[in-house]
Amino acid sequence: MSTASSPLDYLPILLMFIVALGFVVTTMVASHWLGPKRKTKIKLDSFECGIESEGNARMPFAIKYFLVAIIFVLFDIEVIFMYPWAVNFKELGMFGVIEVFTFIILLLVGFYYMLSKKALKWEE
Amino acid sequence: MIHLLIYKAVICVAVFLLALGVAAYATLWERKFAAFLQDRKGPNRAGKWGLLQPLADGGKMFMKEEIIPNVSNRSLFILGPSLFMVTAVMTSAVIPWGKPLMFHGKLYDLQITDINIGVIYLLGVVSIGVYGIMIGGWASNNKFALLGAVRASSQMISYEIAMGIALIALIISSGGSLSLKDIIEGQDKGVCNFVWQPLGFLIFFICALAETNRAPFDLPECETELVGGYHTEYSSMKLGLFLFAEYINMFISSAIMAGFYFGGYNFPFAHELYEAFGWAEGSFAISLFGFGVYFIKIFLFICLFMWIRWTLPRFRYDQLMNLGWKTLLPLSLFNLALTVVVEYFRGTIHF
Repeated sequence: MSTASSPLDYLPILLMFIVALGFVVTTMVASHWLGPKRKTKIKLDSFECGIESEGNARMPFAIKYFLVAIIFVLFDIEVIFMYPWAVNFKELGMFGVIEVFTFIILLLVGFYYMLSKKALKWEE
Repeated sequence: MIHLLIYKAVICVAVFLLALGVAAYATLWERKFAAFLQDRKGPNRAGKWGLLQPLADGGKMFMKEEIIPNVSNRSLFILGPSLFMVTAVMTSAVIPWGKPLMFHGKLYDLQITDINIGVIYLLGVVSIGVYGIMIGGWASNNKFALLGAVRASSQMISYEIAMGIALIALIISSGGSLSLKDIIEGQDKGVCNFVWQPLGFLIFFICALAETNRAPFDLPECETELVGGYHTEYSSMKLGLFLFAEYINMFISSAIMAGFYFGGYNFPFAHELYEAFGWAEGSFAISLFGFGVYFIKIFLFICLFMWIRWTLPRFRYDQLMNLGWKTLLPLSLFNLALTVVVEYFRGTIHF
């Protein structure tokens, strides 16, 4: 069992963030200064394999991707619920195992329902 | 306080430079390795064996014209690669690189910080990385970039679930701690976690390939369909940051796999070896040796990543999604059940 973390333990993460941000800002500014600047209108058009670009890219795309995102949110929250159990696995013992596996079975029923509704069927 | 701050700042910069150096030379090694597998020479012009090639590539990136398309959202276009790079570097903050080092009578951890939610921190930061790709691809306002970004994010979130469940099984069999240091130190005496989690490791490895967008899961950058994928519109160092961050991600995920499943800086008969050499606990030699061993393991994993890239063909998109949701997710739950049964026989829990 690990000891409790104090806010001081999170300070180095902030330091790391500053280091990473410093690097990113430096490279961005440096490449902005060093690179040539010969801009033409056609060069600044969006790339479409040499064909004149047609319409806007922000058009509706397959709903499947959105569905995947929604299902992900559901499952990810359920995974997060299992972490406290994993940490306290020994203390909770068989009681915890039975509880969590009841939870997983309920989850699998939902998963089966999702598959039977063809939520993840890509080929059509 | 000032003392602590200086030590942390030094180690932050050191780890950052390490990640940067490894990522730079991984690009060269990837090309050399590909050349070896395809029976050709690979880069050999810049310096001996092409050793200066990464520097030349980096220099070239700086000298290129920076293009921000007229139709794109300027600020988001810049934010995308920055966020991706920052999150890639931030994942290295919780990894312990070696045994604590004795210096002027005090023990120093070779780790930026040891927080007791290390595993969750890792998962969280990796998830934020998805935003970098998504923002970059969307802000480009280009059809290829948008499709690449949508594919990338949808693939990354799909494999994150199986990865999370595989890690739960790992935490159970390694004794219930979310701190990376505890997980790695737990393998100091006894066996490495791979012995208890072979299936878990396999799941984690496949998910790591998908999370880092490496072949055979490199659909977001599928050049035959999507030109360059989410970084189609990027040029100059912004493109460089995207590519660079991917190599850093590969390095960090190799480090995590080597640490979680193969003992990190521990190795069999380490204590006997240290005793034979007469190295004291906390001495410079032990830290350095452990770090070297860890690095060899990381290197082997990076080689494995590359070997897979140059061997396997790319998946089709529906195959990719089916593998993630219909195979790996049930398999990881099965692995969890298996772990509980194994733990019962190991005597961790009783009826």
